[in-house]
Amino acid sequence: MSIAVLVDHTDGHVRSTSLELLTLARQLASTTGLPVHAVWTGADPQAEVVAAHGADALHVVRVEGADEHLTTSVVDGLQTVLTALGDVSLLLVASTFEGKEVAARLAVRTGAGVVTGASGVELADGHWTARKTVLAGTWDTACAAASSLAVVALAPHAVQAAPLAVPAETRLVEHAVQASAAARAVSVVSREPRPRSERPALAEAEVVVVGGRGVEGDFSGVEELADVLGAAVGATRVATDEGWIGHEAQVGQTGVTISPRLYVGAGVSGAVHHKGGMAAAQTIVAINNDPDAPIFEFADYGVVGDLTEVLPALTAALRARRG
Amino acid sequence: MRVVVCVKHVPDLQSARSLGEDGRLVRGGDDDTLNELDEDALEAGLRTAEAAGFGKDDGGEGHDVTVLTVGPAPAVEALRRGLAMGASTAVHVSDEALAGSDAIATARVLAAAVAKLHAEQPVDLVVAGMAALDGLTSLVPAALAEVLGWPQLTLADRIEVTDGLVTVRRETSTDVEVLTAPAPAVLSVTDQAFRARFPNFKGIVAARKKPVATWSLADLGVDPATVGSAGSATWVAQAAERPERSDRVLVTGDAETVPALVDYLSEKGFA
Repeated sequence: MSIAVLVDHTDGHVRSTSLELLTLARQLASTTGLPVHAVWTGADPQAEVVAAHGADALHVVRVEGADEHLTTSVVDGLQTVLTALGDVSLLLVASTFEGKEVAARLAVRTGAGVVTGASGVELADGHWTARKTVLAGTWDTACAAASSLAVVALAPHAVQAAPLAVPAETRLVEHAVQASAAARAVSVVSREPRPRSERPALAEAEVVVVGGRGVEGDFSGVEELADVLGAAVGATRVATDEGWIGHEAQVGQTGVTISPRLYVGAGVSGAVHHKGGMAAAQTIVAINNDPDAPIFEFADYGVVGDLTEVLPALTAALRARRG
Repeated sequence: MRVVVCVKHVPDLQSARSLGEDGRLVRGGDDDTLNELDEDALEAGLRTAEAAGFGKDDGGEGHDVTVLTVGPAPAVEALRRGLAMGASTAVHVSDEALAGSDAIATARVLAAAVAKLHAEQPVDLVVAGMAALDGLTSLVPAALAEVLGWPQLTLADRIEVTDGLVTVRRETSTDVEVLTAPAPAVLSVTDQAFRARFPNFKGIVAARKKPVATWSLADLGVDPATVGSAGSATWVAQAAERPERSDRVLVTGDAETVPALVDYLSEKGFA
């Protein structure tokens, strides 16, 4: 048996979620003795980053005949490595839309059981079992895979990425594969990078500050707090529908699902739609002038108060503290 | 043009949703409803078909928008809603052996139903929502594409079909892409671009007269062992309602509450 990790990368750089996957794989390897195989589809692998996070081998697979960034191409590449290894019992992918789509196609090809949005994984009674919170944070479950291969899509920040003190001696293995017909059928007409803000990406951010109806159109207090915390800015559906901020900032079941280490909600009521997209946050702080707001039922720390006073004071206090 | 829209009947988000002893979602409550994100998928399907002539008195011939669902008897309500919004036909795959199907097993059944429709009259597009608001796995569209062997064009916010080529615009977490593939293709749509129309009285009345086909697994030639609990590669080993928290902090006040909050954030390592 062995463990495989799909290493996701953008512009040649390993994404932070993949470092978390590698860290978890190494933790699982230390308790089970299984080797860890990192899989990189495409050119120019960041081998030193993968080695720093402890993979025993890095498999670099080139997919020929289709755009290498397409989900189906990534699946073609991954399947090639899994077939070559023949003994992978756990594949870790990030629980992003892209990661989940890879998991879905691979599950159909291999008969693997898939668990998405997992907060942890363990080997129990010979089955890989993943923990996950469901129904807008109201239930905790453990899902086990009956298949010889389990695919687990891990939520961002379920583990904290930690490089080794001394990098592993990672073996490099190269593969090539012809893209499947379904991958070859898709052509990329254009691909432009989205405008990047200087703030971290919402889905992957460790800290997220969210503004809701209560900000009444003014996100400046939210943005200033986000900047002092090094946080991403999010919003509720009301705030994006009102046009106070772009739709890409929407956190909720129909927007971005987040699982940051710290969530700060300003003027957020905590309606079930929104809760479903953020209930996996590890620490939830809420500021709202309505004591009956549902968010106070699940916040770790609630301030019933005026956000136009609390936010600037909090920002100033944190800034002073950081000197 | 022929469009198939996959829809799901789910417990209402506002209702008290729960898991049963088997770890499966409790379904069949009075509040169960058409998954909101599937309304966006249907809207996208209707608009794309309309652009090709669907629904026009003079040019509607040959165009069809079918809503398709897999689920127990009450799931027919999701199809009724889809028909009221303007779909022309509906297919309900219902079979006792389906109970406990996970997302991948469900995709296999949907694929068998799409294949049967495709054999009757070629399908150009299969459209699904970006997620179902119960399981939130987002696995079905890609799995469906894989089973069918069709290209996937997911998370679309614009769709165009010209001369048998399907073109979509999509935003990934890093890029804005325009992708194209020959029909038939499997699409999913975001909730941003296709704000669903509301069924009017005429639509609701007309929906009662529109046909709903009910297919069993035998009708689809699907082996019951490949679906339901037997055909699903995952099972829920434990399920527990989260206990009430006892360590919550609630304070009242404005700027004067900030020092305590800063201390709290500091203890947690954020300040």
